[in-house]
Amino acid sequence: MSATTANDAGAVMAKAMQSPARLAVRRFFRRPAAVGGLVIISLFIIVALAAPWVAPFDPTQTSWTLIRKAPSWAHWMGTDENGRDVLSRVIWGARASLLAGVISVTIASGVGVPVGLMAGFAGGKIDMIIGRLVDAMLASPFLILAIALAAFLGPSLQNAMIAIGITATPIFVRVSRAATMDAATNDYVEAARALGNPPWRVAVRHVLPNIVPPVMVQATLAIAGAIIAEASLSFLGLGQQPPAPSWGSMLNSAQRFLTQAPWLAIFPGAAIFLAVFSFNLIGDGLRDALDPRAK
Amino acid sequence: MKSHLGIRIAQFIPTIFLVSIMVFCLQQLMPGDPALVLAGEERDPEVLAQIRAELWLDRPLVIQYFHWIGNVLQGDLGFSWRIRQPVLQLVATKLPVTAQLAAMAFIISVSIGVPMGILSAVKKNTFWDYVANGIGLAGLSTPNFWLGIMLILIVSVQLGWLPPSGYVPLTEDWRQSLATTIMPAFVLGNALAAVLMRHTRSAMLTALEQDYVRTARAKGLMEMRVVLRHALRNALVPVVTLGALELGTLLSGAVLTEQVFSIPGFGKLIVDAVFNRDYPVVQGVVLVTASVYIGLNLLADIIYVFLNPRLRTS
Repeated sequence: MSATTANDAGAVMAKAMQSPARLAVRRFFRRPAAVGGLVIISLFIIVALAAPWVAPFDPTQTSWTLIRKAPSWAHWMGTDENGRDVLSRVIWGARASLLAGVISVTIASGVGVPVGLMAGFAGGKIDMIIGRLVDAMLASPFLILAIALAAFLGPSLQNAMIAIGITATPIFVRVSRAATMDAATNDYVEAARALGNPPWRVAVRHVLPNIVPPVMVQATLAIAGAIIAEASLSFLGLGQQPPAPSWGSMLNSAQRFLTQAPWLAIFPGAAIFLAVFSFNLIGDGLRDALDPRAK
Repeated sequence: MKSHLGIRIAQFIPTIFLVSIMVFCLQQLMPGDPALVLAGEERDPEVLAQIRAELWLDRPLVIQYFHWIGNVLQGDLGFSWRIRQPVLQLVATKLPVTAQLAAMAFIISVSIGVPMGILSAVKKNTFWDYVANGIGLAGLSTPNFWLGIMLILIVSVQLGWLPPSGYVPLTEDWRQSLATTIMPAFVLGNALAAVLMRHTRSAMLTALEQDYVRTARAKGLMEMRVVLRHALRNALVPVVTLGALELGTLLSGAVLTEQVFSIPGFGKLIVDAVFNRDYPVVQGVVLVTASVYIGLNLLADIIYVFLNPRLRTS
């Protein structure tokens, strides 16, 4: 009996000594759906990075003898209206979509987190001005603003990424501002202030590390949103320009051949769905792992 | 209550003002000279100077902004460079089409999302909960333009049940109008149904743990009555508010849905304007959308205050 109690106490001690990050990682890996999402996204990343070696054909190589051929052993996902291999284009399209997702969210968080940190930490007039600007940006529906920005900047993948990044910034400002205001009330922040640290140092050294979890969750969900946004802009002709492959632009041209070649619409759309679904699974898993009370 | 609403209305004005500056600044992002775009092949310096003077492009930016906002406040959103019609007139013609689509999408999403959320909460951690959550997450992850294309392929091309594209106004033939809009409305409402499902589930889980629900059960009321009369009534307050907020995002989704189904609405107007480089129309559409969106935000706040007795009496 006493040995069991000692073991239990030891287990409790060992658990208490584990870092919150390690506990969160453990909680994340206990969720099969989130792990499944992580595995699928890892596969997408590997395929995107290894596209030159994995893709069976050149994604831009046309062939008049292979126009709109149904899926076969030679072309697993068939060929498109210019005789290009759909599988190779889906593989190369993963690069554009994942890159757009990551870069636009990097832009949004790179601008949004420091601004949100400043608003939450400084408070007063700075917070009020930033708050009104964020309200104004959030007042325009995401896609309409992204379309308008992409239209005025000019159609290209690079401009689509900038447009999505700018449009997604206010969400990061809001999330990091709220997290900063929450973290700033902690005793260790008060202690750091009392020790005479300058405000910027308190914000960067003591508050910033504590707002990372909610920002990470938001970033994962925002990548999912950015992939859909990039596909939407490319579908409208405002993103990746032909002949470079992108899942959205592939769906755009597939629409014209829906009755003759339905496979042109099925595979790129399924790729978008799978990538976005996986990022959402990871985002949900991260949220539950980093904040178990919010379940 | 009055002070709460007063604050929200007071916040509405600076937000609209900032939105107007943002929309005006969009034009400044345009590469090159707008007068060159408008002149087309005509590069005569006199013609260019005349266009610049007409559009006030030869004045300082601040003056240009006040001239533009002054016109907007008088109901003049500018003149379409391509269609040669006032932008307000174009918006007024297209908005009812999108409004019909958005209203139908909203009804569909509430009819699917709320019951699924209730089922998921009542059957928490069971097979039904997992299925509802899976469908919800799948709904959030499906690009609506792809869902539209797939539905056209299955429902219209394979089964021949509904027309694949086009639009008939409700006033002309209501049956044909419903036939042409039911599929786009389902596509548009899909993501909102998923959002409503998740919020209803979360609100119901909180409500089902409250003391008044325990009291209702202890009184021996039927479970159905406890769920629908006691828990749902309270859980619906945040869901209704969120629903009103999300109406604005339907305008955004309509851009792609109208493109896929060739519906001549608000969304198609902005896309066509983008490709025709008809920038006054793009600016006008963004400004109107943002104003509608802010208005809906305010409406959501008012609904929330009226539905929440604690805020109503304070």
